[in-house]
Amino acid sequence: MPSLGADMETGTLVEWLVKPGDFVKRGDIVAVVETQKGAIEIEVYQPGQIVQFLVDLHSKVPVGTPLALIRTEGEAKAAAPPPLAAAAAPMPAPPVIPQPAAAVMPPPARPPVPLPAAAGVAARKAASPAARRLAEERGIDLSAIAGSGPGGAITSTDVERHLAAAAPPAEAKRPLGLDLAAMRVAIAAAMARSKRDIPHYYLQHQIDVTPCEHWLAARNATLPPDGRLLIGALALKAVAVAIARFPAFNGFYRDNKFEPSAAVHVGVAIAIRGGGLTAPALHDADKLSLDDLMSGMRDLVQRTRAGRMRSSEMTDPTITVSSLGERGVEALYGIIYPPQVAIVGFGKVVTRPWVVDGAIEPRSVVTITLAGDHRVTDGHAGALFLAEIGKLLQEPEKL
Amino acid sequence: MQQELPGTDPIELTYREAVRAALRDALARDKRVFLMGEDVGRYGGCYAVSHGLLAEFGPERIRDTPLSESGFTGAGIGAAMAGMRPIVELMTVNFSLLALDQILNSAATVRHMSGNQFGVPLVIRMATGAGRQLAAQHSHSLEGWYAHIPGIKVLAPATLEDARGMLWTALQEPDPVLIFENVMLYNISGKLPRDAGAVSIDKAVVRRWGSDVSLITYGGSLWKTLEAATALAAEGIEAEVVDLRSLRPLDDVTIMASVGKTRHAVVVDEGWRSGSLAAEIGMRIIEQAFWSLDAPIGRVCSEEVPIPYPRHLENAALPQAPKIVTAAKAALGRA
Repeated sequence: MPSLGADMETGTLVEWLVKPGDFVKRGDIVAVVETQKGAIEIEVYQPGQIVQFLVDLHSKVPVGTPLALIRTEGEAKAAAPPPLAAAAAPMPAPPVIPQPAAAVMPPPARPPVPLPAAAGVAARKAASPAARRLAEERGIDLSAIAGSGPGGAITSTDVERHLAAAAPPAEAKRPLGLDLAAMRVAIAAAMARSKRDIPHYYLQHQIDVTPCEHWLAARNATLPPDGRLLIGALALKAVAVAIARFPAFNGFYRDNKFEPSAAVHVGVAIAIRGGGLTAPALHDADKLSLDDLMSGMRDLVQRTRAGRMRSSEMTDPTITVSSLGERGVEALYGIIYPPQVAIVGFGKVVTRPWVVDGAIEPRSVVTITLAGDHRVTDGHAGALFLAEIGKLLQEPEKL
Repeated sequence: MQQELPGTDPIELTYREAVRAALRDALARDKRVFLMGEDVGRYGGCYAVSHGLLAEFGPERIRDTPLSESGFTGAGIGAAMAGMRPIVELMTVNFSLLALDQILNSAATVRHMSGNQFGVPLVIRMATGAGRQLAAQHSHSLEGWYAHIPGIKVLAPATLEDARGMLWTALQEPDPVLIFENVMLYNISGKLPRDAGAVSIDKAVVRRWGSDVSLITYGGSLWKTLEAATALAAEGIEAEVVDLRSLRPLDDVTIMASVGKTRHAVVVDEGWRSGSLAAEIGMRIIEQAFWSLDAPIGRVCSEEVPIPYPRHLENAALPQAPKIVTAAKAALGRA
């Protein structure tokens, strides 16, 4: 079956125009073949005698299939019957060759890319990029792993296998003191979770704390330095007292519901030199006297900076108060420490023109802010809570 | 002439018939569309793709051209600039080289050179690939060259669905689109819904899901690659087969998603290895997914020889399923 077009794969023999025994010469039309493009007459290129038809009429055969056997003149003269191999098809069609699977010489496997070995240096263990990344993430020494990849390279699968086989790592000994790196990881996790889960709303309120300053100045005048009260203690107490009246800001949001806390444990945000932050609790802050509160704060700051916090202090806070102090800015907007539902921020005390009894006076003013969890409270309640703190700070002697 | 009846029941047809159905559809739907090329009319197309279209649509819309690829491709560019939607058939990629100046210097640049005053909404179809014993001058796979050119899109439909659906989408493009039809695909047959229509031309598609190695390919090599994947499965290796479909632009996202998952990649490309599209894909994987790799990227390309005429040598020169199997196993470190 000749190829009658580059894309022809098969043809149907529909008519023979010769019969066995006929002599044919080059250019004779010997058959008709039906193709995609219609019936086409087939010429013969090989002179000789038709010996035998090899394909039945109306059968569809692949291109290259011999259709008939032609004995050439030379062969006709030979005594021996023509061997099949010498016969020619009507057109010198390519011999039918087994399909690719057999025809293609399976290529020799390409040798694995030789692994570079630095002369004079201990050969570097070949490991795939994915294996290296995984090993680094998991803190694994690649030299301990056998490779199964190309050229014996370590693959990520080898690392995974090694990880699975390794005994669960012994509890690492916790170094005494603060691990700032670990603290940073914890802060990252808590703050990311907070911003992801908690719909924060923010309120701010400016209050005149001149009464506090006057009262503190009078009270501290006669006391030794370690007995003096700082304005931070007043602020903390005011928050603790106010929150007892607004219990929706005091407690935890867990499992899709708010659990109010009867006790008021105020978390005190403490910055740690070297970069760190923690907010351990002052237990029952609403019930402590100002002096006890002040000494409690001093103790907490000292122990925190020495890395000696108590576990209850770390897990207990029911609300957090953050103050950036004298070196801070006027207002801070905190991120709620989950599962708490509120954080109160105190900016630094600044002197501002203020209207008192119809006249403008320089007064000491502080901006207090509230970040509230909108799943638990609304801005209205938050505003009343902030206003209550401000009101309490107008009468420090009652705190 | 087969009547297209509405409905979704599948019909059996060949790739050739799918391309023809796409042409008929485009000619019927848009009066601006016409087909122009060597032997597309009276002869019915070198590969019989346009068989019957002259009788149906007439000589104004099915235009036989002289043997002058540069001339009629240029005419197609002009017609496209003037508002028509020409489909130029360059009989094969081998002859497209005579039109390369028109494609590269005109079609791909006119929008830029005219300051966006003119576009060339032209579709150029051509056959590509080896495997039919047409010898060294008529067996090229140069689609990778065309994929080098900014300003055009290059498509490689490998399935009946894409043969049927890519043309109409290509005709909606404001700029030139080249469609490469592998010569070994014209006779493949299968089922397609009677109302099969336009398909996207900007996404690669995962034709077979697997977890162990990504086999990235296109066009005529897709079927060899799927055959290799079946052979690999028998040996417990699950290969994922990615059909690029679009050679320019390349769908990096789909490629990297697959490689990121399997961590092993083999690119199968009928072009010659040096400077091939496979080289570009391999480099992109290095740029974008290096840290996901567990082995060097493998390539199965054509041997760097003029494609031989004898069938056994031609077969040996081209990517074939056994070579793909070997390359996939090498990437996995298995002999």
